[in-house]
Amino acid sequence: METLANLSMGFGVALTPFTLFLAVAGAFLGTIIGALPGLGPSNGVAILIPLAFALGLDATQSLVLLTSVYYGCMYGGRISSILLNIPGDEPAMMTTLDGYPMARQGRAGDALVISGVASFMGSFLSTVGLVVIAPVLASIAYLFGPAEYFALYALAFATLGGMTSSNQAKSAFAACLGLGLAVIGLDNATGLPRFTGGNLHLMDGIDFLVAIVGLFAISEIFIFIESHGRSSAIGVTLGKLTIPWADLKATFATMLRSTGLGFIAGILPGAGASLGSFMAYMAEKSWVGSSGRFGKGDPRGVAAPEAGNNAAAGGAMIPMLTLGVPGSGTTAVMLALLMTLDITPGPLLFKEQPEVVWGLIASLFIANVVLLVINVPMVKLFVKILMVPPWILMPMVTMVSFVGIFSLSGSYFDMLVMIAFGVLGYVLRKLEVPTVPVILGILLGSAMEDALRRAMVISDGDWTYLFSTPIALGLWLFAAGGFLAPMFLRRLVKRPPIPPSDMPLDAD
Amino acid sequence: MASDRIFGLVVVIGALAFFAGALQIQTSFLSDPLGPRVFPILISGASLLCGLSILARPDPEPHWPARAAWVAMGAALVVLVAYAYAVVPLGFLIPTALASAAIGYLIDPKPVQSVIMGAALSAVLYVIFKFGLGLGLAALPRALMG
Repeated sequence: METLANLSMGFGVALTPFTLFLAVAGAFLGTIIGALPGLGPSNGVAILIPLAFALGLDATQSLVLLTSVYYGCMYGGRISSILLNIPGDEPAMMTTLDGYPMARQGRAGDALVISGVASFMGSFLSTVGLVVIAPVLASIAYLFGPAEYFALYALAFATLGGMTSSNQAKSAFAACLGLGLAVIGLDNATGLPRFTGGNLHLMDGIDFLVAIVGLFAISEIFIFIESHGRSSAIGVTLGKLTIPWADLKATFATMLRSTGLGFIAGILPGAGASLGSFMAYMAEKSWVGSSGRFGKGDPRGVAAPEAGNNAAAGGAMIPMLTLGVPGSGTTAVMLALLMTLDITPGPLLFKEQPEVVWGLIASLFIANVVLLVINVPMVKLFVKILMVPPWILMPMVTMVSFVGIFSLSGSYFDMLVMIAFGVLGYVLRKLEVPTVPVILGILLGSAMEDALRRAMVISDGDWTYLFSTPIALGLWLFAAGGFLAPMFLRRLVKRPPIPPSDMPLDAD
Repeated sequence: MASDRIFGLVVVIGALAFFAGALQIQTSFLSDPLGPRVFPILISGASLLCGLSILARPDPEPHWPARAAWVAMGAALVVLVAYAYAVVPLGFLIPTALASAAIGYLIDPKPVQSVIMGAALSAVLYVIFKFGLGLGLAALPRALMG
């Protein structure tokens, strides 16, 4: 009952004309960002954050805008997967496997409608799941002390590292790099400078927005120049759009199963939407067995990954909102947004600023309805936008990044730091070091150090305190499992062949 | 192989340098039991382990670009840095047009197309940022604006 009352309050906040406009604009922009190869949810949201500030949006409004963009990306990624055989972003990778074959058979329209409806099912149901589970998790989070939080941060790094990279040492290094960068600046507790080298610009530390835009957007420029923006795959033409009722009926159960799986994948810290769509596709394939035509244009192969990745996007919001620990790259970027708005996610957020949380949740429902409308009947419009060539797209991304960062502080130093992070991002990506743990380290570094130091104050320097409660011990075990398990699972589960693509893919 | 050996070595040296830096941090007698040094030292220890492990088990050689692509990426870097220095004193329009044209040219080397795109993009973005979003951008060099 209380939940329903909260939800109606949320709709009261979200249904003002201006917020509604932001939700529609965000959904539209997000679909474009998701559909364009080379721009994904994490860098799309990243370059928009500074602009949301420059516009002077308040907390609820910026959250509505950027979550609509995030959800929109999840819908949009499928368009280029199906039409061009190039995933618009990483979570849409699995959709190419059956989406493109369907398009080759002249069923591009059917594939787009089925995947659009599957996206809606996935994200709508997972938002319902968010409403049910988030308050419960928030009340459990009250039991967390500094020792538990320290273990929780370790868990986030461990699972993120374990899932996203094929080399555990490299992803662990990425996390260390981020944590090390977070240390730069004045120490919170004593006010003494650390690693600033006497440079006044560094006293405030490294602004995580500058780092995010550099790592996610500027590094993309170098990748594109290296590949000369080769995306010459010839598109498939889209005929008349009809609603394939028979296929929708046949894939309904698939969508439900995949939503459940994707949702669970999303809640796990560090797993995210790519894993959600991967798990949903693989599970559906083995569920159907040999009667399916997976890989040759089976509608279920389009419905499963799309329901899975959208459900994961909703699920990933749960640990971010209730614990302050993001489940994926994009939710890490959303966390950066919250922190810049001086909102600390966690159980207290639900108690002290319920209008922010429930307004956000209500706007997720609204964004979903909007997205269904613009992604099924209006999909042809986005197909046109897909034709924007990289030599226009990348200069645009660059300039929007520069203006955004410049409007934050007005300093050329921040722009130089952003470029430096762009170069770093390029080198790391070439060496197959994941960049998401770097961001997570910069974001969570000071909170993690704080938790450790408070734990040591409580225990008077006794390190065993970190492992002293059952919850903390459970989290540590989970962390070890999440870090080590992928090493063994990788041998058991073989990835299906993804079509080779010259285009760089963005993590979610 | 070779790339990861160099990378691992850089990580090891970086971790040691970070450790040395952490020892230089001033502490105050009013500090908590842990103080400002311990967390950076823990990070340097973890990085050292990562570096050694990368050295011990390097991945296959990544696909590095050819020399021409390195030159193009270097040029892009110069353009970006120059843009960061130029955009405040020279205003938005001119540096943006030049930088966009340069990056467009580096992706698809067609001079005329790039110049037109740069000029158009600069004008369109200026209108969007200035009048659509209400950001305070100076259009032209300060000297010309008086």
